Amino acid sequence: MNAPMDAETPPILRIESVAKSFGPVVAVDGISIDVRENEFFALLGPSGCGKTTLLRMLAGFETPSAGRILLDGKDISPLPPEKRPLNLMFQSYALFPHMSVRQNLSYGLEMERLAKTEVRRRVDETLAMTDLTAFADRKPDQLSGGQKQRVALARALVKRPKVLLLDEPLGALDKKLREKMQLELKRMQHEAGITFIIVTHDQEEALVMADRMAILKDGRLLQCGSPEDIYEAPADRFVANFIGVMNFIDGTVSDGVFEAEGLRLALVDAKPGPATLAVRPENVAIGPPGERLSGTVADIAYHGLDRVLHVQTAASHAPLQVRVPASGETAYRTGEALSLKIDPARCRLFARGAA
Amino acid sequence: MSFNATRPNLLAAPGVAWLMAFMVVPCLLVLSYAFFQRGTWGGIDYTFTLENFARVADPLYARIFLNSARIALTTTLIAILIAYPAAYAIARAPRMRQPILLFFAVLPFWSNYLIRTYAWIVLLNREGLINNLLRAMGYTGEPLSLLYTESAVIIGLVYNYLPFVILAIYSTLSRLNPELMEASRDLGAGPIRTFFRVTLPLTLPGVAAGGVFVFVLSIGNFVTPALLGGGRFQMVGNLVYDQFLTANDWPFGAALGMALIATMIVLLLVQARATSHASGERRGEAA
Repeated sequence: MNAPMDAETPPILRIESVAKSFGPVVAVDGISIDVRENEFFALLGPSGCGKTTLLRMLAGFETPSAGRILLDGKDISPLPPEKRPLNLMFQSYALFPHMSVRQNLSYGLEMERLAKTEVRRRVDETLAMTDLTAFADRKPDQLSGGQKQRVALARALVKRPKVLLLDEPLGALDKKLREKMQLELKRMQHEAGITFIIVTHDQEEALVMADRMAILKDGRLLQCGSPEDIYEAPADRFVANFIGVMNFIDGTVSDGVFEAEGLRLALVDAKPGPATLAVRPENVAIGPPGERLSGTVADIAYHGLDRVLHVQTAASHAPLQVRVPASGETAYRTGEALSLKIDPARCRLFARGAA
Repeated sequence: MSFNATRPNLLAAPGVAWLMAFMVVPCLLVLSYAFFQRGTWGGIDYTFTLENFARVADPLYARIFLNSARIALTTTLIAILIAYPAAYAIARAPRMRQPILLFFAVLPFWSNYLIRTYAWIVLLNREGLINNLLRAMGYTGEPLSLLYTESAVIIGLVYNYLPFVILAIYSTLSRLNPELMEASRDLGAGPIRTFFRVTLPLTLPGVAAGGVFVFVLSIGNFVTPALLGGGRFQMVGNLVYDQFLTANDWPFGAALGMALIATMIVLLLVQARATSHASGERRGEAA
């Protein structure tokens, strides 16, 4: 294949039109993704979107019904899991309960028939990196959830895989620990210099950790890009709704103007027809009553750093969410009348009818 | 008294009462005979003695004990070797199909033990199904004498207790997180090494439970050796049976029975300890 020369690093992993069906059920429906070397890549989607099936195909536990998986340019689809130079960190951790932490880590290296001293050296090194040296002789059931999670990660990392796959790695941890481990994982990825592919249903987690991410739904790839790209320019209404908070206003476009009840917004290049305007809560400004879109404050939610006003307007059935700094001088009260200004440059417009 | 402490005790009461009245008390009565002398015309002469236990240790009887243990051990090993793959296949079958496969595995239990054992006589005898089949396939030599051999006894015992072993091994296999085997593959172990380093060690408690069960039931069995061994192969069970019903030496029979039960209890305790130890190690892994 004659790929165009790219300034970017060549992909370490290329997923090429991969599909998987279980009987009549199509789990993955022709997905193509390139993952670059040393990238922290997230596969994001609601449950049942096919992300776990895709990950299991990368690990070798499922065979694609169609398509190829290329690692460093070589097709690895026919190889069994034990012959693939990538490792999976299981959602259940799958630590061997009859082995100590050290034995769990050594297991994978013993399979490579490395010398005993080499196994010991690499296990010690990985234990130190994951802060587990003190727990080396413990059995998995003597560890806390967070420690088990680190052992699972260490057991995969010690193999120095070309790509590390992580299946909902933080799913079993509580919120506080999860936020700490998000940054920890990023640090370890950086230190180990290994490409990470993480599967998650938590968009916040993906936004925090990933260099790039792919949004999957119903076995299809909806959008692939950096968190900023996807947050700022979601490809469709589903992605817009799935990533972050988004206000939607249904209306019609004619002559470059979007019109809804009580709202007129000039938008360059807008295609005429029924459309949905999408705008983030932070891209709506508040002015005195009478200007632009008028509404009343239905609810105020305090989030610490900022407040989110839920403003009922005529333009949409659901109240529009507007983010204002919590430290702002203006105090808002429920029932208060005000007007909203939407920045036309920070909006997305989706044609209506299809979705 | 707290509600929580009383309830379970009350619930167990009928079961405990039943076992005490109809199991423990009669057993203790019979076993107590072991400490008395045999009456001149059978029955019991209530004079205390330890002579019966000395007779149990006699080389003649000790040999029968060892022989029974050997047959029971062979039975156990063969049963495990047959049951493990079967249990593995059932545990790996689609979830929906597992109850049906288990049903077929325990189906023999639904018929009478004696009938099942007689069925083997039909199969194994000189004019039996197996010899007839061999002849039909062109075998012209002497018919094989399969019946009334030690092998026949072992075949019968394995056949009868196999379902227990399948169930015991299946129960540990089906509780094993399949991701453990996948993790092993992922870390570079092929299917065979995965089996010996992950699957087998983690299912040993089930193998031990099934194994001890078969061993204990086999070593004390007297029906199968009597029918399939033709009385030529004495096992402890037959010996006890004979003392009570033929020789009319109840005290000696009771002493033999005591030795047998002691062996069984020791084995069961060792197995129970090993199992609780292993499951203790695994606790918390479900999360």
